[in-house]
Amino acid sequence: MEITFRLNGTLVTAQYNATDTLLNVLRESQYLTGTKEGCNEGDCGACTVMIEDEHGPRALNACILLMPQIHGKSITTVEGLAQTSALPKGNLHPVQNAMITEHGSQCGFCTPGIVMSLATAHATGDTNFEDALAGNLCRCTGYAPILRAAQKAALESPALKTPFAPVDAPVLMERPESINELAAVYALRPNATLIAGATDVGLWVTKQLRDLDEVIFLGAVSDLKGIRETPEAYVIGAMTPIADLAPLFAKSCPSLAEMFRRFSSKQVRAAATLGGNIANGSPIGDSPPPLIALGANITLRKGEDSRDILLEDFFVDYGKQDRAPSEFLTHITVPKAGLRDLKVYKLSKRFDQDISAVCGAFNITVKNGKVSTARIAFGGMAGTPKRAAHVERALIGQPWAMATIDAALPAFEQDYQPMSDMRASAEYRQTTAQNMLKRVYAESLGQCVSVRDIKGDAL
Amino acid sequence: MSVGAPLIHDSAKLHVTGQARYIDDIPTPNGTLHLAFGLSQVAHGDITAMDLSAVRHADGVVAVYAADDFDQMPDCSPSPVPDEPLLATGTVHFLGQPVFLVVATSHLAARKAARLGDITYTEKPAILSYEDALAANERFEDEPRIYTKGDPATAIQTAPNVIHGQIDMGGQEHFYLEGQAALVTPQESGDMLVNSSTQHPTEIQHKVAHALHIPMHAVRVEVRRMGGGFGGKESQGNALAIACAIAARDTGHPCKMRYDRDDDMMITGKRHDFRITYTVGFEDTGKITGVDFIQMTRCGWSLDLSIPVADRAMLHADNAYLLENARIESHRLRTNTQSATAYRGFGGPQGILGIERIMDHIAATLDLDPAEVRRVNYYADMGTGPSTEPGTGQTTPYGMPVTDAIMHAMTDRHLIEANYTARRAAIADWNAQNPILKKGIGISPVKFGISFTLTHLNQAGALVHVYQDGSIQLNHGGTEMGQGLFQKVAQVAASEFGVSIDAIKITATDTAKVPNTSATAASSGADLNGMAVKAACTTIRDRMSLFLKEYFGSDAIAFQYGTVTAGPHSLSFAAAVKLAYEHRISLSSTGFYKTPDIEWDRIKGKGRPFYYFAYGIAITEVILDTLTGENRILRTDILHDAGASLNPSLDIGQIEGGYVQGAGWLTTEELVWDSSGRLCTHAPSTYKIPTASDAPDVFNVKLWDAPNPEKSIYRSKAVGEPPFNLGISAFLALSDAASACGPNYPALNAPATPEELMRAITRARA
Repeated sequence: MEITFRLNGTLVTAQYNATDTLLNVLRESQYLTGTKEGCNEGDCGACTVMIEDEHGPRALNACILLMPQIHGKSITTVEGLAQTSALPKGNLHPVQNAMITEHGSQCGFCTPGIVMSLATAHATGDTNFEDALAGNLCRCTGYAPILRAAQKAALESPALKTPFAPVDAPVLMERPESINELAAVYALRPNATLIAGATDVGLWVTKQLRDLDEVIFLGAVSDLKGIRETPEAYVIGAMTPIADLAPLFAKSCPSLAEMFRRFSSKQVRAAATLGGNIANGSPIGDSPPPLIALGANITLRKGEDSRDILLEDFFVDYGKQDRAPSEFLTHITVPKAGLRDLKVYKLSKRFDQDISAVCGAFNITVKNGKVSTARIAFGGMAGTPKRAAHVERALIGQPWAMATIDAALPAFEQDYQPMSDMRASAEYRQTTAQNMLKRVYAESLGQCVSVRDIKGDAL
Repeated sequence: MSVGAPLIHDSAKLHVTGQARYIDDIPTPNGTLHLAFGLSQVAHGDITAMDLSAVRHADGVVAVYAADDFDQMPDCSPSPVPDEPLLATGTVHFLGQPVFLVVATSHLAARKAARLGDITYTEKPAILSYEDALAANERFEDEPRIYTKGDPATAIQTAPNVIHGQIDMGGQEHFYLEGQAALVTPQESGDMLVNSSTQHPTEIQHKVAHALHIPMHAVRVEVRRMGGGFGGKESQGNALAIACAIAARDTGHPCKMRYDRDDDMMITGKRHDFRITYTVGFEDTGKITGVDFIQMTRCGWSLDLSIPVADRAMLHADNAYLLENARIESHRLRTNTQSATAYRGFGGPQGILGIERIMDHIAATLDLDPAEVRRVNYYADMGTGPSTEPGTGQTTPYGMPVTDAIMHAMTDRHLIEANYTARRAAIADWNAQNPILKKGIGISPVKFGISFTLTHLNQAGALVHVYQDGSIQLNHGGTEMGQGLFQKVAQVAASEFGVSIDAIKITATDTAKVPNTSATAASSGADLNGMAVKAACTTIRDRMSLFLKEYFGSDAIAFQYGTVTAGPHSLSFAAAVKLAYEHRISLSSTGFYKTPDIEWDRIKGKGRPFYYFAYGIAITEVILDTLTGENRILRTDILHDAGASLNPSLDIGQIEGGYVQGAGWLTTEELVWDSSGRLCTHAPSTYKIPTASDAPDVFNVKLWDAPNPEKSIYRSKAVGEPPFNLGISAFLALSDAASACGPNYPALNAPATPEELMRAITRARA
């Protein structure tokens, strides 16, 4: 494929394979070795680069970015940062200066990625630095000097904004630009791999070493992106990045917004899409449980035909979804009705950037002291994201009281027989899933239930 | 003076601009080949058939090696026993062991081909657990090592209080951000230039020479920097360098090998996990009268550095506490897992966690403040009584006098500065009001022994050149892995010549410049290499002084502020150098240092293995969710002893980083092997080191900043490993929070994952 992009201010047009990663191109063809390979799976952030398009700058992991994904985009690496920030020759970016003076680097290997994450935060005015750095592992510093550097750069220097200059990117056959085009291409190539953000497919390439024969890149399908609001629902395009969902729900459902904020890392959320997180059918994806609890529908398209199904019905079995050849997800319709009551709890070994051991979503409505409706769904508890039908039945119609909660707990074992793996044991999953119901109740009483809400006191 | 100044890391600007070069960034000539290992898929078994035809025919493959291709299999072991064949010879000993080697035209081609081997095994029972190994008597050394002081059996028997307990502590993946890597470029006459990401260039040189049957003089190893080491690059780089050297010899091409992250974690060794069982007798004040430890560790399949690691765990079983009657029994068990290796602290943290657990267990048993139990057991501070006289007073369980203790003074100051007592009371109140979330506070001191316990390793060399323009080039045997060693040593050189740091050029560690180096390990880098550089600088300065005395007829020669003065005469350092050069004064010198006064008999367990001790204390406060086990560190206060610091900024960097790494070891970092011996946590997606939000909300770090009583380099103290141990306070704080859930001692194991904390809460409530 002939790919065109801007690299540190210079246009590049060259032929690439669909599975060539930006990281390898930078290091091996462009001789820009400042961008590092730390894990080759999007978990350490040493390969972080800044990507810009008409939506603004984002930090992304170059190791799992496939070259067709950057067609028409502008890339800044650590080598080009000072230059593309339009600083006078010889000057460093304020983040680079602060990282030096605050002793923010020790071995230096994670540093280029840290600098690019912080430079992106600096450009966008993001001052939640712990979040901006959740996808950048540092093994030397304990992060303290890096956080000090981030604050210093933000305080001392205004955001450096250079306008995005569009890159002329000719249409590629493997990169359709509308839903209709996609439907037509996919009908002809039912075996093609659909690639959205490549945060999962990227690992097929870098870790499983798979050669993807036929591919269709979805990044240019403009009508798959974006969020439409109706009086009753949000209609979310399948290609909407996860990054857009925390702001969407920030007011209407802080609990859901916080789950989306903790969803992997900044770099991954900027690439990963809601449609991808659903369509890949993982039993541990974090978006299905709350969306099932909300009663979301999904719309599938095949050729000229569309159909709507309940999201919970999409997940048939482990590794099996209700999706026909050449059929693809176009959008997700999320009813607003449950947002007021929805509580989502993501439980993992580490807070940030970790895959859930258990993800519980509770949409429980209490009227006149009694549970009127309950939709509860879990990830990590079965081979698919799954509703807790027995637990729901045990709650509905009962008084909203601890006795009801206690009485409902045994129903978990009817709904779920979780497995043990490196993330958690079956026993722990079962216990904490039950405890999450207790947490919903405690939270409804106004008790403090999240360690995130308690801050250290300097006195 | 440059020494003591908070200068930035010498490579900081290179780091932040992406210009700092690591092995994989070095431009390579056309024709460079790339290597990958094919790995064993069983934990223990005999290879009965190996079909590598698909590997040989894969795209880009140039050569394939397996055991049959060698008359004599090269050995990779750092131990005196050659028990680590480069490729498995007949039997595989762990899942992930290299079985064959692919040489290909690209890194990707090599990785792809390495997955195509068809190997048949007759599987044998895999020894995976402590119980398996004990039952099969699979161990290194014929019997357990035992150190004894006093009469612990009687002391425990007659004590008013006795408790028993056990703590399991997991291992730890180094997770250096730069994986293992080597690049070998063949030279004329069969010589080899090796670029390796290693803490031990001389070991790489020695192992490559041995593998190629050539003298060490024919192998030159260069290391500019590593992207993190933490002990994981003390011996684990040997296999890559040897493999590349063999392929380079056979093909005539430069050969490069870097492990993909998953391969790195599947192949290389990690921190030793330990199980420590204890019986302790103590008075009602909490004062220990006698203690008995059984330490067990899973060493993995080969010896590597397990003996000195297990020794150091024994040598730190006392931590900061005077034990008059103690017995420490150490079992070094052989298992079919990755060969556990050096990791920051080298067994010390495991030994220390054993006694810190005891301190907390005693405090819980007697319902005393854990800080007070520690104070009644501390070694007496230096200068506070006759008991600190060398040779007559307080000694460690291995008979070494403790003459430099400062834990009482540090603790007195730190409890006040961290507002410990009031916060402990506030936490108790908070817990009484909050049924779901519980707070906890933990305190842990560290006394860490500084020196290699293999005494002959405590030596270092340096090479200093002063050029006729007054610029200075510096080389020594230490390696830079991020700790700032090069800058600290450069500060020593700048101070010796009285010039600014800009006059010094730091150069890559190079076995052709300084031979016979010890690993940059045991926190010894600045102590040893700083002294060696000082010696070299002194030699040159003395020559210049002698000359200038004669030349100017003045005895008062001084080097400072970039100027050399000879009585009333003053000239720039550069002018003085030029003058000396023109009068044929040698301006280049080697320097050498060996640590004085140490001797150690590891079999008897007696002597003075350490030149001195480094001290520190940490207090950590946490919050714990009793419904899920989720937790956070709210606040950490550290007071640490770096002696008279060579560079306070770099030292604080070591303390902050060491603490978070230590806390990670004991909290989220969980290594999980399945029942077949397969490591399931072999990538950052499943192995969770701390992220930015895991660092404490409030993080106060101070230096004690008193000179080392021993004559160390500018009276500083080593700072690489000691603060790692302060992470123990986070673990103890979590245990304290779990204790708030019920009447029983929670007996928390490490790592204290949310799941383990839920088990501890259950035990507390039972």
